[in-house]
Parts: sequence; structure tokens; C-alpha cells
Amino acid sequence: MSDIKKFMYVNRTAPYGTIYAWESLEVVLIGAAFEQDVACAFIDDGVYQLVKGQNTTELGIKNFSPTYSALGDYDVNKIYVEKESLEARGLTIDDLMDLKYEDEDDDWAEKDSIHVVSAAELADILEQQEVVFSF
Amino acid sequence: MKFAIQVNEGPYNHQASVSALNFVRAAVDAGHEIFRVFFYHDGVNNGTRYTTPPQDDINIVKAWSELAEKHNMDLVVCVAAAQRRGIVDEGEQERNGKDGNNIAAGFRISGLGQLIEAGIQSDRLVVFGD
Repeated sequence: MSDIKKFMYVNRTAPYGTIYAWESLEVVLIGAAFEQDVACAFIDDGVYQLVKGQNTTELGIKNFSPTYSALGDYDVNKIYVEKESLEARGLTIDDLMDLKYEDEDDDWAEKDSIHVVSAAELADILEQQEVVFSF
Repeated sequence: MKFAIQVNEGPYNHQASVSALNFVRAAVDAGHEIFRVFFYHDGVNNGTRYTTPPQDDINIVKAWSELAEKHNMDLVVCVAAAQRRGIVDEGEQERNGKDGNNIAAGFRISGLGQLIEAGIQSDRLVVFGD
């Protein structure tokens, strides 16, 4: 691929109840093959997508949350979670899955993929994007 | 300007597909190029020719088909989303052993890579949905 663009996937919905979250993750995984500069944002109920210990047994729906931990292997390691959305739901970063990636530019050191950012910081990050997908 | 369009909602249930239609028409009228319209989530339901709205209602599927024919527009239905929702073309019918197909004229079924490619190739990606 000749030109690399800044791709942002904005996730706004809870993981279950509707299929948006799961089908969004499918786009992110397929999109990873195109070697663009990828970031993900989780806002509003979207922050629930990253909560650890998800159990969907009684829902009768597939629990797809283990797939998020594969994102690091797909070079999807810029994951922004909006601080205000977490706080409004009584969540902190400790409630979220511990998503990591190995930094090939730093002797494959293991680093955190998740960054908690304020709404204002996220607005700046969104401003820098070239392609914004909204789910 | 070159636009990529993503439609995330089904016709009639949601305003998104008609708003997308209106946007696409206005963009073409203003001399812009539509690189591709990609139908995702329940948006794949825009691509079934079995849609039969009441006569006094707009036929959204037909409107897309007519746009595609008039402007040689690329209307792509996501294969993974289509399989979940029973949108089938001849190829899918054969591959999955179905007893028929329902894809509307002017639409084709393809992979999510078509959406990513549209994002890369276009100046703007515009998403219609909730």
C-alpha cells in the first residue's frame, strides 16, 4: 500500500445488546492487514467493551471480548478510552482488560495499549485523523 | 472530491439509508465522485430485491439500484454481515448451498477490505448510522 493514512475506529456502544461492537472489531481486525496507522477510541457505553471478566453465558450470545487481547499482535496498540465516560459509569482503568503490545522499536518491550484520555484530549486526537469510522 | 460512503442501518427502520441516498445524489449533482458505497451491519438489508414497500412509499432498494445504473456506482454489501442476515448473491448461493438469492441489481457482495480500501482511496469517508 503506497500511502499510509491515520485510521480511527470510534466505538460508542455496549458490547452486547446490539452487534455494532462485535462487527466493529471485525473491521479493525480486517483493516489491520492494510498496514495503516490505526487507533481505536472507546467512548460512552463503548467503554464497557473493554471491561474485564465478561461472561455472556446467560445472555446466550458469544463472548467476543477475548479477541481484544489479540489487537496488539495486529499492531493495533493505540487504544484511547475517554476518562469522562469511565467516570460516569463508575469505572476506572483497573476495571478494564490489561491490553498489551510488544514494541518492535524498543527491543520488543511489553507496553500498555490502553490510554485513558480526557474528552478534550480525545478531541485533539480525533482532529488528527484522516479516516474516522463510527460504530 | 472523492467520497466513500458507509451505510450502517437497514432501510425503513432507520433514516440512515435515505439520508445516505440524499447525500450521494447531492454529491454527484455537485460534481463529486463516489468511490464506493459500503453497506454494513443491518445496512446490508438495503441490497435485497425482495423488498416490497407499499406503493405510496419510497422504494429505497430500487433507488439505490437506479443510482448504481445511472452513475455506474459501486454498491458493496459486506459478505460477513450479509451471511448473518441472509443477503445472498449467485456466488454465495452456490458456496453456501442456498436455494435462491436475493441481491438487488447494482449491488455486489464482497469483503470488509473493500471498506478499508475505500477509506484509503477517498478524500472523505462519511458514515451514515446511529
